[in-house]
Amino acid sequence: MTAHQHHDHHAHPHAASEDHDEVTEYHLLEQAIRELLIESGVLTAADIQRQIENQESRTPALGSRIVARAWSDAEFRRKLVESPTATVAALGIDMSNTPELRVLENTETLHHVVVCTLCSCYPRMILGVPPAWYKSREYRARVVHEPRAVLKEFGLGLPGNVEVRVVDSTADLRYLVLPMRPAGTESLGEEDLARLVGRDAMIGTGIARNPDA
Amino acid sequence: MYAPGDRVRVDSRWQSGHCRTPYYLKGRVGVVVSAVGIYRNPERLAYHKPGLPPRRLYRVRFRQEDIWVNYTDGGFDTVEADLFEHWLLPVAEELTS
Repeated sequence: MTAHQHHDHHAHPHAASEDHDEVTEYHLLEQAIRELLIESGVLTAADIQRQIENQESRTPALGSRIVARAWSDAEFRRKLVESPTATVAALGIDMSNTPELRVLENTETLHHVVVCTLCSCYPRMILGVPPAWYKSREYRARVVHEPRAVLKEFGLGLPGNVEVRVVDSTADLRYLVLPMRPAGTESLGEEDLARLVGRDAMIGTGIARNPDA
Repeated sequence: MYAPGDRVRVDSRWQSGHCRTPYYLKGRVGVVVSAVGIYRNPERLAYHKPGLPPRRLYRVRFRQEDIWVNYTDGGFDTVEADLFEHWLLPVAEELTS
């Protein structure tokens, strides 16, 4: 077999890295800790299962609902900014036992973008599991010192008169960006408005979608 | 204890182990935006210590130009972070001493 044929034979170069059955040291470590916690009675297997299901049931749709309500109801918006945890509880979103939430209002002259430079803190209770890029070293390192370049790579070019405020969630708070309501959406109800609010708009790496887009 | 509007410098001391003060802010001067609350010290909680006494946590705002010498993207871009009181130094005292 020639080298060339050999190469062709392995025509699926990504196959190995996509094999999720591969067991790494981290898998073994996680398994050992999990088994120890169960054996010593700290947690039950059912507790762990319930928590995984709880985490996976949370999606950015919860955040979109909050934003759509805030756009539609000025009183809700005021309360949301003032005491976020209690206010989202009124929408049936339970945030007890999770870090405190804060809401960052974007305006014509102020754009927030959220990062956790130290690890990967994220408002999971309303946005679900963070995207892989949010946890990447590249995003975490670059967005604090060249936010405009990073936002441009996300497709968001901001004019020079807009202050870009990077919010580093370094401690006990989690942040939700409240994007600006797009123009031409005056007649839309909350459900239609919520469809304009994607995950990135609530992290601040994007803005709300236009209704005709 | 700090109040909104106070200028503070982030302590640049080295501390090994778990630390919630990012390196890029060490030694930088910012302005306190708000007192966030009082929390058990995560630098101790990380090692199964009680984290007591609890520490005051502040939102501090920095001008990008004050963090990075070569920040050219926008004159009034900012960074905000939540920093514990034991990492903050009063700037006024520095100026008078």
